[in-house]
Amino acid sequence: MSRYFTEDHEWVDVDGDIGTVGISEYAQSQLGDIVFVEVPEAGKEVAKGDEAAVVESVKAASDVYSPVSGTVLEGNAALGDNPGLVNEEPESDGWFFKLTLSDPEELKGLMDEAAYAAFVAKL
Amino acid sequence: MSDLDGPEIEIQTLPLDGWHRARGGRMVEFAGYHMPVQYEGIMAEHLWVRESAGLFDVSHMGQIVLSGEGLDEALEALLPADVKGLPLGKMRYSLLLAENGGILDDLMLSRWPESIYMVVNGAVKYDDIAHLRMELPDEITLNQLDERVLLALQGPKAFEVLKRHVTGRYPLDALTFMAGGPFELAGTECWISRSGYTGEDGFELSFDATEAERIADLLCAEPEVKPIGLGARDSLRLEAGLPLYGHDLDTETTPVMADLGFALSKRRREEGSFPGAERILVEREQGPVTKRVGLMVEGRQPVREGAAVLDADGSEVGKVTSGGFAPSVGAPIAMAYVPAAMAAPGTVIQIAQRGKVHQATVTAMPFVPHRYVRAGGK
Repeated sequence: MSRYFTEDHEWVDVDGDIGTVGISEYAQSQLGDIVFVEVPEAGKEVAKGDEAAVVESVKAASDVYSPVSGTVLEGNAALGDNPGLVNEEPESDGWFFKLTLSDPEELKGLMDEAAYAAFVAKL
Repeated sequence: MSDLDGPEIEIQTLPLDGWHRARGGRMVEFAGYHMPVQYEGIMAEHLWVRESAGLFDVSHMGQIVLSGEGLDEALEALLPADVKGLPLGKMRYSLLLAENGGILDDLMLSRWPESIYMVVNGAVKYDDIAHLRMELPDEITLNQLDERVLLALQGPKAFEVLKRHVTGRYPLDALTFMAGGPFELAGTECWISRSGYTGEDGFELSFDATEAERIADLLCAEPEVKPIGLGARDSLRLEAGLPLYGHDLDTETTPVMADLGFALSKRRREEGSFPGAERILVEREQGPVTKRVGLMVEGRQPVREGAAVLDADGSEVGKVTSGGFAPSVGAPIAMAYVPAAMAAPGTVIQIAQRGKVHQATVTAMPFVPHRYVRAGGK
């Protein structure tokens, strides 16, 4: 399984043609206390770069963009009752949604862990 | 002087800028200054203030001293407070009003022995000063105390902490809510008032900026005290039902629309002699067309400033002016301007935000009870 990152601080883990999407540790630390998360419903078609989820901190609302195109399999239901999971475990249990990739070639435009770490270090 | 409203103005630093950064404050631009929005996190800081005590740097606000022959009358021409009836050491909340009754700023007035001390909002302080210089007669002198910092120590433990470091002609308990006096704070001359903008008991401390780091360190060395950023200041004041200028108040709103009728003193109403009195007194009699109300928002998703208030037909009839998640309530809350017919507590209204409709219920404010220490022991 490989993990890819966007410049907007989403990550996607890819296993076969299934991707799991979340936001990075850096993103959650910038957002601060997360009080609400809206995830997409199963069956929703998303294109790379589409607004696919919403994350709200005490201060502000932010969109989460889909790093790749595909069909949503499920949203993370645990975030409904416990949006703070995104603060605690952003890169594991705090995932946002899973999708079936329609164009795995899109992954080539994303960063790997090392490239993302270097990207964040410059911010 | 140049126009200070332009976007080209350089962002200024506060005397405690380095102190905030060393404490881990995340700095943002606010009111033309670099200011800390948070240290450890808005939620934790907010809850800390409600249970213990927090130190806020509000030195971006304008501190002004006015003096001169005929000062009380001259000030009364610009705002609706009973300035003549303001006793030594007492504070009043008031509003700078435009000729049409719109609010230019909200502010605090304190009576000093030979002068009036005024604290105004940072974002409009230069406009306020220009307005005061223009409107006040030549006999009145205006000094901006820009060599002073203003810190707020807020929370149920603020009193016991501050008492350890304060000496004066009378004990700190002599101050009740909305009163102030001169004290020595750790050896530094300091104007201390029992006031603030969190809904909690607390104090505001005005003293020489050269002492700012030493005193901020001293107070934050107390186990009850942590530094608190602007983010928690905003959520605390929202829960306390207190409006924020530039958001919940502006030149389009009047004191009656803003539900600040208490700022119109009885004598001044009877005399009808403040700017916009004609319109404001009619609104007070007949009720305003739209009114600032509190909202409890259903679900967990906050509605934010700018979201539309809808009527039964789905037409936009009002706007949310402040909104967010309320840490002490555990739910999203907001302030909005709504038509008078929708302003009664218990009214369920709809709010549209980013293509989604939210339900909210008009609620009496404050959302969290005030815990001021008032004269007479309440």
